[in-house]
Amino acid sequence: MAEVRLIEVKEEILADNIKVAAGVRENLQKTKTMLVNLMSSPGSGKTSLILQTIAGLKGRLRLGVIEADIDSSVDAEKVAARGIPAVQLRTGGFCHLDATMVTQGIEALKVSDLDLIIIENVGNLVCPAEFDTGAHKNVMILSVPEGDDKPLKYPLMFSICDVLLVNKIDYLPLSDFDMEAMRKRVLALNPRIEIIEVSCKTGAGISQWVGWLQKEVATIKNLI
Amino acid sequence: MHELPITEEILKVVLKHAQRNNVQRVVSINLQIGKLSDLEDEWIQRYFDHLSRGTLAQGAKLKIERIPIKMQCNSCSQSYEVEMAGLGKLVCPYCKKEGGSLVSGREYYIKDMEVQ
Repeated sequence: MAEVRLIEVKEEILADNIKVAAGVRENLQKTKTMLVNLMSSPGSGKTSLILQTIAGLKGRLRLGVIEADIDSSVDAEKVAARGIPAVQLRTGGFCHLDATMVTQGIEALKVSDLDLIIIENVGNLVCPAEFDTGAHKNVMILSVPEGDDKPLKYPLMFSICDVLLVNKIDYLPLSDFDMEAMRKRVLALNPRIEIIEVSCKTGAGISQWVGWLQKEVATIKNLI
Repeated sequence: MHELPITEEILKVVLKHAQRNNVQRVVSINLQIGKLSDLEDEWIQRYFDHLSRGTLAQGAKLKIERIPIKMQCNSCSQSYEVEMAGLGKLVCPYCKKEGGSLVSGREYYIKDMEVQ
């Protein structure tokens, strides 16, 4: 039997995805489109937030939506009903989106003059945090009924996001959710994160979120 | 939860290097994975055993070195190690102030492999 020898590999396991994600951003430069990756647990209000965002933008930005689900097209239908270009990616059991799937999603939108594309990632606070989708900004939702201890349980997700939307604040009077404790936990992990309190039900805080989107889209257009 | 796609990538990279280096058999693979990832070592090996069947890497053992989670204090800039469970209440052991930025713990790296 041949002697055992050592070969240096020195490669990132996710090198391919990192490369494809960089390619996504490069392609979006051509059309000056900002890509936002929206992540959260199932049921925290990703689709409701997208519907509120459509209403809040009032046509001020040209928006497209990429919906990801393990196996359904309910979400994309809701978005398309508002006259917004939307595609549904079925991940076929995968727990997250990677940059290759996002590339397919952008192509499937078949619109090249968008200001903003929002990806609704698979509902999950674990896996999506590990994979670069090619987005410029990562945004997550934590809803009040989920509890203020989630930053302790899913630290990676909270540490990679640029914005945390705390949704369902209309539930606050009914719950023991400690907003200050939650803020402290998140900011200890990620001091640059922006925290916006919203309610997709009452519309509270949506204008602040839409303002953030408009500011970031303008920044990206100026940069490129 | 996402051991399968990660393992597919590991196998792809390993086979690429094996072909380049005229390898007959891959004996073991040394990985560095950050402690922030929730991957289960046992499941990576199980998926690997399944996926590598019939390839040069069949039977290879994955050796996983876990890279500690290291934070840099936002106040005094000293670095310190922390466990996953301690991430929600970060206190710098040097200056006792709260809050830090991640320095390491997210690694996904193939260092080298032993081959025949």
